[in-house]
Amino acid sequence: MAVPLAFFGLFFAYPVAAIVGRGLKTDEGWQFGRFAEVLARPDIADVLWFTTWQAFASTLLTLLIALPAAYVFARFEFPGKQLLRAVVTVPFVLPTVVVGTAFLALLGRGGLLDELVGVRLDTTVWAILLAHVFFNYAVVVRTVGGLWAQLDPRQEEAARVLGAGRFTAWRRVTLPALAPAVAAAALMVFLFTFSSFGVVLILGGPAYSTLEVEVYRQTAQLLDLPTAAVLTMVQFAAIGAILAVHAWTVRKRETALRLVDPGRTTHRPRGWAQRSLLGGVLLTVALLIVLPLGVLVERSFDTPGGYGLGYYRALQDAGAGGGTFLVAPLEAIWNSLQYALAATAIALVIGGLAAAALTRRGGRFVRGFDALLMLPLGVSAVTVGFGFLITLDEPPLDLRTSWILVPLAQALVGVPFVVRTMLPVLRAVDGRLREAAAVLGASPLRAWREVDLPLVRRALLIAAGFAFAVSLGEFGATVFIARADRPTLPVAVARLLGRAGELNYGQAMALSTILMLVCAVSLLLLERLRPDKTSGEF
Amino acid sequence: MSTTKKLAGVALAAALGVTTLSACGGGDAKDKTAGAGDAPKSKTVTLVSHDSFNVTEAVLKEFEQQSGYTVKVLKSGDAGAALNQEILTKGSPRGDVFFGVDNTLLSRALDNGIFTPYEAKGLAEVKPEYVLDKEHRVTPIDSGDICVNYDKAYFAEKKIAPPQTLDDLIKPEYKNLLVTENAATSSPGLGFLLASVGKYGEDGWKDYWSKLKANGVEVVDGWEQAYNERFSGSAGGKKAKGDRPLVVSYASSPPVEVLYGEPQPAEAPTGVSTGTCFRQIEFAGLLKGAKNEEGGKALVDFLVSKKFQEDMPLQMFVNPVTKDAVLPELFTKHGVVVEKPENVAPETIAKNREQWVKAWTALVVK
Repeated sequence: MAVPLAFFGLFFAYPVAAIVGRGLKTDEGWQFGRFAEVLARPDIADVLWFTTWQAFASTLLTLLIALPAAYVFARFEFPGKQLLRAVVTVPFVLPTVVVGTAFLALLGRGGLLDELVGVRLDTTVWAILLAHVFFNYAVVVRTVGGLWAQLDPRQEEAARVLGAGRFTAWRRVTLPALAPAVAAAALMVFLFTFSSFGVVLILGGPAYSTLEVEVYRQTAQLLDLPTAAVLTMVQFAAIGAILAVHAWTVRKRETALRLVDPGRTTHRPRGWAQRSLLGGVLLTVALLIVLPLGVLVERSFDTPGGYGLGYYRALQDAGAGGGTFLVAPLEAIWNSLQYALAATAIALVIGGLAAAALTRRGGRFVRGFDALLMLPLGVSAVTVGFGFLITLDEPPLDLRTSWILVPLAQALVGVPFVVRTMLPVLRAVDGRLREAAAVLGASPLRAWREVDLPLVRRALLIAAGFAFAVSLGEFGATVFIARADRPTLPVAVARLLGRAGELNYGQAMALSTILMLVCAVSLLLLERLRPDKTSGEF
Repeated sequence: MSTTKKLAGVALAAALGVTTLSACGGGDAKDKTAGAGDAPKSKTVTLVSHDSFNVTEAVLKEFEQQSGYTVKVLKSGDAGAALNQEILTKGSPRGDVFFGVDNTLLSRALDNGIFTPYEAKGLAEVKPEYVLDKEHRVTPIDSGDICVNYDKAYFAEKKIAPPQTLDDLIKPEYKNLLVTENAATSSPGLGFLLASVGKYGEDGWKDYWSKLKANGVEVVDGWEQAYNERFSGSAGGKKAKGDRPLVVSYASSPPVEVLYGEPQPAEAPTGVSTGTCFRQIEFAGLLKGAKNEEGGKALVDFLVSKKFQEDMPLQMFVNPVTKDAVLPELFTKHGVVVEKPENVAPETIAKNREQWVKAWTALVVK
């Protein structure tokens, strides 16, 4: 418990508190009057309003589009299901720069939609909403679908035998059992879209800005730290509230449900209605997820001299990007892998210890700690990055120019995933097994190795895979601290996109494609490892 | 506090114990030797800059060999973000020299006192009009002009003369032809706004922009979008079927079109409207609290040396500021010399920037 607490204290709470304090505290003490002042500004009110309504709209749209898919994944058996489940999860771990680029290529000027039907969405709010659905589709499919697959369909059948109509049976039996999972998924989507950064920055144009984008603008561009501090606190409060509601629904969900092996609830689609439902879901996935990713791949091969590997070859050249890089962009792959491995190791140590501590103890304090671990997901990366700059500046912790800062920042985002994955499994380990081993003369270490380890090994691997994929795609914090001579993949993509010239654009597409492949492969490996019993939250 | 740090040490040790086993080989061995040398007589000198900084490797190597220093470059975001990070870490900087503060941000840097005065060797060679800080807290390194570029083919075909001045741009024959960038988020966008302030004054620029808006100016978020997608004269714009023959870009953009053309054209496809320009000057300075002050001074000297000044044009597409630097042929042949760019004093910009940008946004974007 002490180690994860210290880690979060030092690398999250302290930097964030310091940067907020810098904004709100002057020689005359704390300036809480700033709150009223900033919140009364009409431009800030606009930002708050847009942030809130787009998050509601995004969440609603995601539920609408993804719930049928959750049902299909839960109840139907069809060829390629595992592959498809991995595919729909790829967007979730892709960096927003890549997604923004894919959507620009699809919806922007000269994009596919423009050429086919002459419609451009890049400056409308629709592009933002669709990109949010693209990102969070998997959250709903996995969270809701995971539980749905384990609900015993015979309960609903029993209700129908007793005379209830098809809809009534569903509404009275399945819906109540499902509701907490739907609520949890909706809250996660709301959390992610409320704090949306890259998507809005790239697709929003000058007209739209979320709280997170505004914090970035006020901090990085205008150096208006008081305003940034107020906005950070507002976002903090909102995220805190969302997490509190989330924790509450999770607890409600833990009320006993009769769960069955998901293998027994699935069947091949029967009849016209079920087949068209499956077809509809497949079509949605094709249009909404496969198409944007496909456009990215297509553009990476579309060189001036026809389709070819030209852009990929150019990635080996250090002079590429008009000399944007001190090293060949291809080396960014190697950098990214090293950083992600280090971040995964840190996240596993911290997250594992936290999960273990959460299993052993109970009570209000521990639940608060649980929510605290989720906070980094909803706090602006620029706040953390700038906080690092002003806090970690004294030996022995002058880490500002050290490589370790990048994996540390990435681990902050990875830890929540590790905890979420490990917690249900650790809680399920029967303490009596350990006691039995001890009675039979095993040392505590041996008992852990022989009893706990085999049981949690799979969950540990899954957690590692998730932390790895998330670290690989992390962009917001990395962009502020990655060193010029060692850019990560997402940072390299962003730098290439910021330069003129066709060659640079093509190389950005090629690097994005590589990043996508690496993420997809780690997810596919995860699918193979996923134990049947734990649906997990992500 | 001390307990927090101790605990943190434990956490860090635990994390590091694992990471050193699993990751990060080669590159970091180098860092460690550099770190060990950070003691009094450091052989490493660190340059902090924005993402656009660039230098030919051979030129940098030559400096390293002659001076005996190893140069480490930290790039941290665009020009504004990079400077703001320096202001935040004032007194305990991450590097020794900062390069990349321009005249639109100069006052913010100087008011925050992040630089130590140092008169560079070779300052006598720098054209005096660029030396804006008489205390030499900053040294001018390069200059560039933000100007309207035009698509030569379009105006030849329509048989109308391309616009030359800001006044021309509000004439009816140029209606719906210009695309510019958001002044709030893009540095050429801000430069163009400042050009209008320089020309029409603090009272007259709004009136000019109302007319420009009535004449159909289009605003997009960044330079990339404006130049590579909307502008009909650039290689990217042609491919994206851009239909605006006028764009706010740089006076050095035509040579770039030639350099990256495939095959390279004999003549630049674009031209520069020389009466629409705002001059940007970029400075470097020795950071207050630098660990390696001697190395930092040597680095500033290097930045105004002939070798670096002549390397810059084709690396960052900017003009040298020293009298003796010879421009590459590509620049003299395809570029233009802007005789009378518009100017606004750095203090005036610092005082009004935010308010101008807000007024501009309300007037043009909303």
